[in-house]
Amino acid sequence: MTNTIADIETSDLILVTGSNTTENHPVLSSFVKRAVLKGKKLYVIDPRRVGLTDHANKWLRQFPGTDIAWINGLMHVIIKENLHNKKFVEDRTENFEALKEIVEKYTPDYVENITGIKADDIIEVARQFAKASVASILYCMGITQHTCGTNNVKSLANLSMLCGHLGKPGGGVNPLRGQNNVQGACDMGGLPNVFTAYQLVSNDEARKNYEKVWNTTGMSATPGLPVTEMIQKAFEGELKSLFIIGENPLVSDPDLNHVRKALANLDFFVVQDIFQTETTAIADVVLPAACFAEKDGTFSNTERRVQRVRKAVDAPGQAKQDWEILCEIARKMGYEMSYENSQDIFKEIASVTPSYKGITWDRIDKIGIHWPCPDEAHEGTPILHTTQFTRGKGMFHAIDHTPPAEEPDEQYPYILTTGRVLYHYHTGTMTMKTDGLNMLSPECFVEISSTDAKKIGLDTGSMVDVSSRRGKISAKLKVSSKAVDGTVFIPFHFAKAAANELTNAKLDPIAKIPEFKVCAIKIEPGTV
Amino acid sequence: MERNIIAINENELTFEPGETILEVAQRNKIDIPTLCHLKNTIPTTTCKICLVEIKGESDLVESCATKAKQDMIIFTESSKVIKARQKNISKLLASGNHNCAIRDFDTNDWTSFQLSVLKSDGKEDLCPVWGDCELQDLAYRYQVITRGMPLNECKYETERANPFIIRDFSRCILCGRCVKACREIQVNNAIEFGYSGKDLKIIAKNDAVLKDSDCVFCGECIQVCPVGALVPDKAFRDGRFTDTKKVRTTCAFCGVGCQVDLFVQNNKIVKIDGADVDLPPNNASLCVKGRFGYEFVASPKRLTKPLIKKDGKQVEASWDEALDLVARKLGSIKEEFGPDSQGFLTSARITNEENYIAQKFTRAVLKTNNIDHCARL
Repeated sequence: MTNTIADIETSDLILVTGSNTTENHPVLSSFVKRAVLKGKKLYVIDPRRVGLTDHANKWLRQFPGTDIAWINGLMHVIIKENLHNKKFVEDRTENFEALKEIVEKYTPDYVENITGIKADDIIEVARQFAKASVASILYCMGITQHTCGTNNVKSLANLSMLCGHLGKPGGGVNPLRGQNNVQGACDMGGLPNVFTAYQLVSNDEARKNYEKVWNTTGMSATPGLPVTEMIQKAFEGELKSLFIIGENPLVSDPDLNHVRKALANLDFFVVQDIFQTETTAIADVVLPAACFAEKDGTFSNTERRVQRVRKAVDAPGQAKQDWEILCEIARKMGYEMSYENSQDIFKEIASVTPSYKGITWDRIDKIGIHWPCPDEAHEGTPILHTTQFTRGKGMFHAIDHTPPAEEPDEQYPYILTTGRVLYHYHTGTMTMKTDGLNMLSPECFVEISSTDAKKIGLDTGSMVDVSSRRGKISAKLKVSSKAVDGTVFIPFHFAKAAANELTNAKLDPIAKIPEFKVCAIKIEPGTV
Repeated sequence: MERNIIAINENELTFEPGETILEVAQRNKIDIPTLCHLKNTIPTTTCKICLVEIKGESDLVESCATKAKQDMIIFTESSKVIKARQKNISKLLASGNHNCAIRDFDTNDWTSFQLSVLKSDGKEDLCPVWGDCELQDLAYRYQVITRGMPLNECKYETERANPFIIRDFSRCILCGRCVKACREIQVNNAIEFGYSGKDLKIIAKNDAVLKDSDCVFCGECIQVCPVGALVPDKAFRDGRFTDTKKVRTTCAFCGVGCQVDLFVQNNKIVKIDGADVDLPPNNASLCVKGRFGYEFVASPKRLTKPLIKKDGKQVEASWDEALDLVARKLGSIKEEFGPDSQGFLTSARITNEENYIAQKFTRAVLKTNNIDHCARL
């Protein structure tokens, strides 16, 4: 997030898109709902009638995969009506003319045609967003999990910059990160192209510095493979070994049939986890790890706040902390890697990570600090881009709408979109160990509109077979007012009816994120 | 020039315009007891415990709803205040099944004490929050003796028809904190005051049980309940919250990073609460997963020993055996097929320190940049 969670409540207008906030980030959603109680405006733009729509001034419903079109539509109206923030555009951005040119054709009627959102609603939201003293954009995987995910995000940034809603309290472009430490995993260089703090592996200076600190030579300057391509390389036989920590791709990855074949093709497969999962089951070696309550360390949350994790109980049996296991393997492979404790590791992190340099465990003992925090006297940075952007001036990207990789047709007439429910988390490895959560959300379901259910001739509770070009699952139908005709939602938590048997593994060319949010399916009365 | 100063118990204190007496007191660590006030919500003044005396005014005022005014002289524990509090605490004790603080049964431990209480009022459950109850604390603090006070029978049955929250209406003092938490803090709008007069009750929509209502089991209501009317079901069955160790940490589910307090007893988490109301990012709020989804930690299904595949079957192995195998295989694959034939998926679930070690291992030992995690999934 460019801004903080607390900031949301101080915004004048909040635009939430591609985020089922009340179920996926429930506590954060309270900040949005309280802002509404205080009279602030809320617009929700989402293919499903998600919980937040009940609190919104208006819910705009776009066809899945048409986000660039409505965002360009808003900008078309804003520029046409001369409502954009001229000073901000002039002082803080560049390439405005290219943006202006590309959004020219995105008239409200043109946009209605692509997105299904009424032209009048486009005009209303555009005016309100531009006129708000400060507006915040919140988005989540509904924006990113598309073949045009990167362009969706850039479009939102365009919109915010156009109105000067960046770099100030209550504004910003705010991705809501879905996992406790996904921000930290990225910050720490758990990515194929960067070391910590996003220093490029291809940058000779950065790499040399790491080689010095790590007392090694010959590190690769070539960016590695992202997870989605590792799977493909394993399938093709080029990737021979895979080491996985705390992840269950045999439920969470797209097109499971393909993933299964790919993993089976590995020469050597190690999984380090806290439970047996669908993935550990096929591993050559399974290593038992300690969970969050059994270790000391830090997590970085969605607002870039580095916070302490503290040991409360002992790990079961012989389970060890993940870092201890890796250090031991490194030593066995002839590389000396030893630390007294996790705090020692953090000190090394601070020494090679500019944005974490000023953070110490002592400083975050009571309250976390937002990176960047360049030195120990620095209080951290709750709001990014207050005076300039990372690259200096903010760059407008001229972006055109592109359709999803797979659209419904006669054979597969429905659009499938996937996500989570309130009571479960990801592949359920953790939440499905709590009986109460299983009682409240016991099994997979196929969320469908009442009209579509009638068309199929079935009702809530009926078993249906859902299939795509890639696979087939069986689950119970659930008629819901959240669903809109033609679009079906299935949560991906449940291994027994894994939605990812159906999903499309087509990737965004830049971020390599799969298109979980749109694929074509058919629904037939169940055979079970 | 305007002097924004008041005196509380002869201490001169500044105030911000609009601040209530209670807020000024709390900010300055002066304890004014209250059972209904809930920070960041509109005061309800239902409990009448936070009464204070203002010099020159004949009536006591509710400090939660009275704004500080210039040169006010306030006493929070005057004899008049104490008498009023005693009276109001008595009323609350008499309003339901709150006999824990009173009768002089001839017993030494709390269980037999409560058993004798049960006998006298026909109630089957021991109060789960005995010793951890704000009303009971106040009864002791102000020495409220309610011997001989008639017990009010509760017409509403205790609700247990959901996995997480026990609602014991016989212990509810109708302070309204749970309603505030639900409607003004979490804004889940699941519960409200229902019926009126003697029938007054906290109800979910249409007086349905919680599981058939709009309740999403965030449990904020339990956390703010000053008495034993709302208690966490599992924790209640597991035992009492005495002798627990409290550990402040960060929730392990979504990316919000809620600060939580884990209550630990015998190496087991028995309860989770949101941390301080003033502590970001969650200001003491939690969701259903963060508050109740902790059973996985102590699950008997946890992996406890390394496993290695032998003849197509995973069997237990020693750490040495397992890690020797990993080191040998990774070494030989690197040798034979080159560093980039290996991949590593670190995790958004583990700590920064561990992620750092994972990339260090991949880049410095395996000598490849084939490292990623589930950020996109």
